[in-house]
Amino acid sequence: MTEAVLQVNGLCRSFGSVRAVDEVSFTLPAGGSLGIVGESGSGKTTTARIVVGLEQADAGEVSVRGRARTGRARGRAERLARAREVQMVFQDPYLSLDPRTSVEAVLRETLRLHFPGTDHAARIRELLDQVGLGTRAAEALPRQLSGGQRQRVAIARALAVEPDVLVLDEAVAALDVSVQAQVLNLLADIRERTGVGYLFITHDLGVVRCVTDEVIVMRHGRIVESGPTSQVLDAPQHAYTRLLLESVPRPGWDPERIAAARRAL
Amino acid sequence: MNPGEQMNPEDSVNPEARVNPEDPGARVNALDIRGLRLHLPGAARPVLDGVDLTVAPGETVALVGESGSGKTLTSRTALGLLPTGATAEGSVLVDGEDVLTMGPERLRALRTGRAAMIFQDPRAAINPLRRVGDFLTEGVRRTGVMGAADADRRAAELLDAVGLGPELLRRHPGRLSGGMLQRVMIAAALMGDPVLLLADEPTTALDVTSQAEVVALLDRLRERFGTGLLFVTHDLGLAAAISDRVHVMYAGRIVEHGPAEALFERPRHPYTAALLAATPRLDAGRGRLAAIDGQPPDLRQELPGCAFAARCRYATEPCRTEAPAPGPVACHHPLEGSRADD
Repeated sequence: MTEAVLQVNGLCRSFGSVRAVDEVSFTLPAGGSLGIVGESGSGKTTTARIVVGLEQADAGEVSVRGRARTGRARGRAERLARAREVQMVFQDPYLSLDPRTSVEAVLRETLRLHFPGTDHAARIRELLDQVGLGTRAAEALPRQLSGGQRQRVAIARALAVEPDVLVLDEAVAALDVSVQAQVLNLLADIRERTGVGYLFITHDLGVVRCVTDEVIVMRHGRIVESGPTSQVLDAPQHAYTRLLLESVPRPGWDPERIAAARRAL
Repeated sequence: MNPGEQMNPEDSVNPEARVNPEDPGARVNALDIRGLRLHLPGAARPVLDGVDLTVAPGETVALVGESGSGKTLTSRTALGLLPTGATAEGSVLVDGEDVLTMGPERLRALRTGRAAMIFQDPRAAINPLRRVGDFLTEGVRRTGVMGAADADRRAAELLDAVGLGPELLRRHPGRLSGGMLQRVMIAAALMGDPVLLLADEPTTALDVTSQAEVVALLDRLRERFGTGLLFVTHDLGLAAAISDRVHVMYAGRIVEHGPAEALFERPRHPYTAALLAATPRLDAGRGRLAAIDGQPPDLRQELPGCAFAARCRYATEPCRTEAPAPGPVACHHPLEGSRADD
């Protein structure tokens, strides 16, 4: 296996008496794609937010390419350096973009902050091109764009700083199926081209199957199962993983049995 | 039924359905939408364009589509909830009575009685300041269908039916989880003993395992009370899993309808096939999805031909100029089972 780009060790985080994240460890190889699946309250989003630096861990370590990023960043330079290591794409592009800022201005602002004193016009064109947006979209405000286009803008902004790791927190969950497929394909292309690693937080096992190499299943803050995606999905070892898999609706599906299995677990 | 066979609305009527007093030979559908056209000011074409759909008592029908397809608009017309400035043509019969011609008084009675809706986000639909018990009983009490004591008794009964205890009546919604609230919402919808239950993405905000629980519950209640259920969803897999028949909508038109399993296994409209192919499936392999290029047509744009023509890989000249006739597959060149897989 190649060098680990992201290493997470013994991560813990409590909110009051709730252990939201409990001894979570995993490794993301360079250019790899790791899925974290679980339901609400499983701790998957808190884990992601600690990796990004939006939340502090009570215990444990996060490092990118061997550099620790646990504890609060000291000073502006360190904050920016950390931002260049890990970027995040959120679920709702309606909330994560400033409604008054055009697409081009969003990208320019990010580039100016991280790479001051250089010409950004060419890079902006390159980024827009990378996410499949034309020059017409560059001048648009977020409200003039569709949900899929907005999510492309959020991805372009995250890629602007050339991060090692992109954390995607339910990044395609709010999109229509036809648009979701476009964005998932786009993400696969970008990974192939740039070698960025993905941490894919999702509740959708179909999405996990489609875009990840490895997967972690979380429940009540703990990892209950992990391994190569095909192995976990085809031969699940933990009863909770099996329940998640059986819960995916399909013809001949028996919700009554799933509800019973859920209560038994 | 074979997938190629024509779906006749009469076939789907439940034998135990009520008898129409004007025509004792026919049985009354819980919902019967015929030729529904909805015009909005400023739009170049109708937002709903000739929708035909029936739900028999005790039957589950799914209405599937992406955002903007008109699935929510369609279900809302069954409650007489039209967008501001909209004009409607056609007929929308709930339990045999046309909603489109009802006065405000009849509409209020309809909404607390024969038809009820379960919305996607229970937190947005339930008043957080009032206790669960008040929320459940306010509709029937205000319209005078039930007295206070009867309403309380019915509320406790229905909470029990959705698997919640009577102690919840005194609690505030903020204390309950999303799954519990959605069950409260279902209990509220059943208060007026509806003939028709409209469920608009009722499980989208829930976790997958709670989704199964809510679906199992809806199914049990539908059977027990003989309610017709119109299930609106964007999830074709879910639609196929829970319903007897599925209608697929695109740009305000029903493009395909038929028995759930057949439609899922052997879609015949290119849009249905494309939608299935674009869905990341558990039983598929890794790798690229067959995305549908382009965007659904804009409302400012007229659609003389098939609504899907601009994105359809099989489209030919007539597809762009001539709207396909409505039917089980509204398409000029329906797919033969095998073509859907390539």
